[in-house]
Amino acid sequence: MSEHVVLRIVAKLMIPLIILFALYVQFHGDFGPGGGFQAGVILAAAIILYALVFGLDYARRVVSPRLLEVLAAGGVLLYGGVGVAGMLRGGNFLDYNVLADRPQDGQHLGILLVELGVGITVASVMLLLFFAFAGRTRER
Amino acid sequence: MVIALAIVRLHNIFAVVMLTGIYSLVAALLFVVLDAVDVALTEAAVGAGISTLLMLATLGAVGHESAPPRRFLLLPLLVVVVTGVALLSATADMPPFTDPTGPAHTHVAPRYIQESPSEIGIPNMVTSVLASYRGYDTFGEVVVIFTAGIGVLLLLGGRRRRDLEGE
Repeated sequence: MSEHVVLRIVAKLMIPLIILFALYVQFHGDFGPGGGFQAGVILAAAIILYALVFGLDYARRVVSPRLLEVLAAGGVLLYGGVGVAGMLRGGNFLDYNVLADRPQDGQHLGILLVELGVGITVASVMLLLFFAFAGRTRER
Repeated sequence: MVIALAIVRLHNIFAVVMLTGIYSLVAALLFVVLDAVDVALTEAAVGAGISTLLMLATLGAVGHESAPPRRFLLLPLLVVVVTGVALLSATADMPPFTDPTGPAHTHVAPRYIQESPSEIGIPNMVTSVLASYRGYDTFGEVVVIFTAGIGVLLLLGGRRRRDLEGE
């Protein structure tokens, strides 16, 4: 799609804004609507837009499928790790109260980390799915 | 409703995929009207965005037209009608919409609403319910997404490695 100048320029302008919005939704989920699931999907959409306009090979070079596989597992491990950290500090699994000195701070920290784990996993899995489908289409 | 009927009638899958996306967007607007902004954001991003894209990617692999149905199928129609009647009759037993004495509003919701500002201390109650009170459920959802990703990779991604060996 290299001949579509308008598409390329508009996509170049949009992609940083979409990624910024994804980060906003991710870390502002405590205060407004949003959270890990939505942010992950929006972030994945930004990269998919890049792949659609600039081609799959460039997108694979930006975020390699290998890295995505590691990240997808890492997000789940981060979520579970927060739960185990709660157990190690004397609480129940996924009990955030014990993560910091004040229970509310612990809840803040726990929710932030857990949502981050959700976001990482969702974004990586969505991208992996897209790469798998799109790569298959091209091979035919 | 109109969109759903159009989806059933059309044979061009490309148009059907587009209409599914529009349907998700309309559903997201409905959620905004119902003050469920979090759900609306998810519906707009996942339903209208990513799933439409994935279906388009699949279409690129399988082609645009579906085979027209060969004959009138009685059994599926029967199943659909029976299920529809059962669902409608069950709806009549549910408490009226916005009824403050309904089970959904008297079980754990009041405790969440009254206690979460002091217990969790973050303004968005949806996040505190999802990530803290229902942390186990959300963890399960993440594992489900991860598992789905692994499944798709096992089914579709295996070819990549064989191609590399062939070269």
